[in-house]
Amino acid sequence: MTETNSNQLIRLSAAQLARKLAAREITSVEVVQAHLDRIAEVDGGDRGVHAFLHVNAEEALAVAAEVDAIRAAGGAAAEELHELAGVPIAVKDLIVTIGQPTTAGSKILEGWHSPYDATVVKRLRDAKMPILGKTNLDEFAMGSSTEHSAYGPTRNPWDLDRIPGGSGGGSAAAVAAFEAPLALGTDTGGSIRQPGAVTGTVGVKPTYGSVSRYGAIAMASSLDQIGPVTRTVLDSALLHQVIGGHDPFDSTSLPDPLEDLVAAARIGNVEGMRIGIIKELHGEGYQAGVENRFNDSLELLKEAGAEIVEVSCPNFQYALGAYYLIMPSEASSNLAKFDGVRYGLRVLPEDGPMTIERVMGATRAAGFGDEVKRRIILGTYALSAGYYDAYYGSAQKVRTLVQRDFDAAFTVADVLISPTAPTTAFKLGEKLDDPLAMYLNDVATIPANLAGVPGLSLPGGLADEDGLPVGIQLLAPAREDARLYRVGAVLESLLEAKWGGPLLDRAPSLTAHSLTAPDLTVSTAGAVPAHGGSH
Amino acid sequence: MAAINRDDVAHLARLAHIEMNAEELDRMAGELAVIVDSVKSVSEAAGDDVPATSHPIPLSNVFREDVVGHTFTAEQALSGAPDSVENRFKVPAILDEE
Amino acid sequence: MTDAILTFEEAMEKYDPVLGFEVHVELNTKSKMFSSAPNVFGDEPNTNVNEVDLGMPGVLPVLNKTAVESSIKIGLALNCKIAEACRFARKNYFYPDTPKNFQTSQYDEPIAYDGYLDVELSDGTVFRVEIERAHMEEDAGKLTHMGGATGRIQGADFSLVDYNRAGVPLVEIVTKPIEGAGSRAPELAKAYVAAVREIVKNLGVSDARMERGNVRCDANVSLRPHGRERFGIRSETKNVNSLRAVEHAVRYEIQRHAAVLDSGIPVVQETRHWHEDTRTTTSGRPKSDADDYRYFPEPDLVPVVASREWVEELRATLPEPPAARRKRLQADWGYSDLEFRDVVNAGVLVEIEETIAAGASASVARKWWMGEIVGRAKNADVDPGQLGVQPATIVELAKLVEDGKINNKMATEVLDGVLAGEGTPSEIVDKRGLAVVSDDGPLLEAIDAALAAQPDIADKIRNGKLQAIGAIVGGVMKATRGQADAGRVKELILEKLGVNA
Repeated sequence: MTETNSNQLIRLSAAQLARKLAAREITSVEVVQAHLDRIAEVDGGDRGVHAFLHVNAEEALAVAAEVDAIRAAGGAAAEELHELAGVPIAVKDLIVTIGQPTTAGSKILEGWHSPYDATVVKRLRDAKMPILGKTNLDEFAMGSSTEHSAYGPTRNPWDLDRIPGGSGGGSAAAVAAFEAPLALGTDTGGSIRQPGAVTGTVGVKPTYGSVSRYGAIAMASSLDQIGPVTRTVLDSALLHQVIGGHDPFDSTSLPDPLEDLVAAARIGNVEGMRIGIIKELHGEGYQAGVENRFNDSLELLKEAGAEIVEVSCPNFQYALGAYYLIMPSEASSNLAKFDGVRYGLRVLPEDGPMTIERVMGATRAAGFGDEVKRRIILGTYALSAGYYDAYYGSAQKVRTLVQRDFDAAFTVADVLISPTAPTTAFKLGEKLDDPLAMYLNDVATIPANLAGVPGLSLPGGLADEDGLPVGIQLLAPAREDARLYRVGAVLESLLEAKWGGPLLDRAPSLTAHSLTAPDLTVSTAGAVPAHGGSH
Repeated sequence: MAAINRDDVAHLARLAHIEMNAEELDRMAGELAVIVDSVKSVSEAAGDDVPATSHPIPLSNVFREDVVGHTFTAEQALSGAPDSVENRFKVPAILDEE
Repeated sequence: MTDAILTFEEAMEKYDPVLGFEVHVELNTKSKMFSSAPNVFGDEPNTNVNEVDLGMPGVLPVLNKTAVESSIKIGLALNCKIAEACRFARKNYFYPDTPKNFQTSQYDEPIAYDGYLDVELSDGTVFRVEIERAHMEEDAGKLTHMGGATGRIQGADFSLVDYNRAGVPLVEIVTKPIEGAGSRAPELAKAYVAAVREIVKNLGVSDARMERGNVRCDANVSLRPHGRERFGIRSETKNVNSLRAVEHAVRYEIQRHAAVLDSGIPVVQETRHWHEDTRTTTSGRPKSDADDYRYFPEPDLVPVVASREWVEELRATLPEPPAARRKRLQADWGYSDLEFRDVVNAGVLVEIEETIAAGASASVARKWWMGEIVGRAKNADVDPGQLGVQPATIVELAKLVEDGKINNKMATEVLDGVLAGEGTPSEIVDKRGLAVVSDDGPLLEAIDAALAAQPDIADKIRNGKLQAIGAIVGGVMKATRGQADAGRVKELILEKLGVNA
């Protein structure tokens, strides 16, 4: 295969790859190898993207070869192959996989191999989608920049000195840097959508309960959702359709059958739809370039026949506060299991009595990073005797108010729209010492998690002042994920028509030139310095 | 709402089983104070008549039938264990009870 | 350190005891509370587990429907209200037998609440115990403390954890404070736990074997001076796991509290540990700020809504209530009032029922349990059910006697062999060479010899003095080293002497 060929392959969308694979114009092994080559080229080194914590080359190629063999043999088995069979995918390292390490971006799980697969991973395997590897994230998904990974930060392919968003910066950067056509993320307060916004990719947080959480290492159980990270709206719909649907292993999994999301993305139509601008989620506090691109999108939607209305969600002002009580509370409990008894790191206290209590204390002190500790202590505080009602209890009531705001808004609008994040990607290290400034990145994404409604972020163009991607967020009522795809597909095609091609075509081309290419065929989890990068 | 001091953080760290030295306790107390201050409006946002929402999408009666499914072998169960003896997880002595 | 105690009588002169119980019942579902791993006792360590029971990263619980139904049945049998909707919560605390470092348990929303249980005391008095709540939760794994002198937690070098029991469904039954039992408090304690055990066994929702920990009791005791309304400070004695121990522990704590109160020192609210060997309790640890369990609704589970239809459907499956059941059993078995009460007081109602179900007659079952096993249990200082006698053993013993293979005296010897772990009754009969001599040949020889040795007695029998026969029978039994069937010997002697009895 020529280099041009390889470069063309990695720039194809999943839908395009699927069509070419089905037509046997290309093989899955070629596709997987092209992505592995790309990873080898751009992911490693001091200034590499560092989207991956582990590359799963051998297994991915084996699955690809199996798919190719089935297609080559033809017949019923070939007919029964899933549409995405042979299309590779990267998986956020918060999601457990047999045969590969799962670290959650934390030292405390370094070297741990899950003895079971997450439900979504089983579904990828059932669809015979080769898994390229595991992507970087803020430790236990706690962060908005991927700088809180114990294995070093991921860099934004648009500007290697900037953050790729978080917590799913690895998945977003992998897709943006053409290291994978598809990736899985998890979204607790915006961890799919915000990285999507700042890397110029598409990310979807499905309705709470519509994708199984079984095997996603829990941060905040009542907020977490797994979702697709892709370069096109249609690809997100295709992937959502693979991973979605009821799972008996997750008690919060919705029993409803999944809607035809792919059809919604293919049809795409906004004529006569009411699209609501959320008064509280733009304007003050939002970067001018973000605001401009947001207004561009509104204009395009209007031209396409949508009715733009304004809605007010007054209780969204409490959403960030409620989130930063509920999330750490649940996380403090969910992360209690990491104690050095059954799996993962065990650290012995340096002096004093060697009791299990002290081993747990020393293990958790050494195994967790500062942000994780901060949230555990905050959550422990919010749940502790005497404070529960004022903090956790009040936050759960705010949740009700946020839901009521959404309910009211959805009586006058079919879909809501806002910028995904208040700013474009900031510089690595810029907000590391200011947790509050970091938390503000999630101000527009958090309400959807509190209310369980679905949200989609798609590229809205580049900010005038810094030339970096801006994300547009669409929100729909619970169980109405299809609406996001209908509207998203229209907006995407209008924007691309305006730009003359996908936004990522304008991203600087990454080459091995400035990057040292390391051997990435083995796990990089332990090999990368804990505070790698040069921020 | 009470301010958070170093003793409070020390107590929380004990509850959370995270060893912290004096410097960490001080730093954490300062950071928590700022964060807690920023979220305090939450406690005044909703009146007593507002119910709490613990699940964003309400469901009820999600059950399993009482049927035995897969199990691990002891070897699989212990595969990630930092220490084990005779197919059991080994931990240092427990001084505190429960 | 030994605590000072008063005599029970001294304590009763000055104080009224107030009791409270938390009884944990392990349900006998096939699978665990939140995972599909088997709920089986006694298997190889860490084999009845999957990722959920081990608290692996990413796992989620799914509630066992049968466990919920069993819990509702227990609630109904305890005359409780069943909550229309209830939830689980997380009880957060770090302990190595708790895989997630929180226990999934019901907290402020129990599935059953506000019930009562009428408990019959040994003289037939009925005492009503109010039930506060019965709630669902999961069991923890099992810790074994290694090294050190005692095998106890204190002084151990390290501990080993087996998570087979982790996630086994539990129902915790909590009483309201029990007042007014006076000097009968220890007896009531035992009778209450026995009654709970009988109910859950009768419902079929638990194996109810205390020696396996299927039913476990924490006993709260406090004292207050006669005439005072306000409760005293209580102690909570953990894991009192036999009926006898419940009685002893409550008695001991009453005596200990009385001594503390007499000395003018306030009682400390604390956990106490029961020691079967010394029949005393020792101090665990006082309640502290480490007991902040930070309960919050379990976000990974959804509410349980018990519709009226569902509850009524379950109510319809309930067996008869204990009082009616006892009446029926007494009638079925033909026991006198006294016999039946003795059986209940000895705590072997369940065992006798099982023995009869296994095929023994009611009189045989009572003879063995009341005549043999209860006494042995008393000597061993355990509950009769804890001796390990299986219903099948008694059925087999009775059959051996009935068939004339062994006599009653030998049968008790065989029972001892069974208890010593030598095997089944038949195996022990073979091993020990026990068998009633059934061939009359050797017997007749022995009879001839005995008659020849005591001709005067033979004459007396011939002359109708039948009570003299004992001396001849004794001689024959001596000659056959007790292996002869005394009844048959008697028959043969009379035959030989031509006497019609």
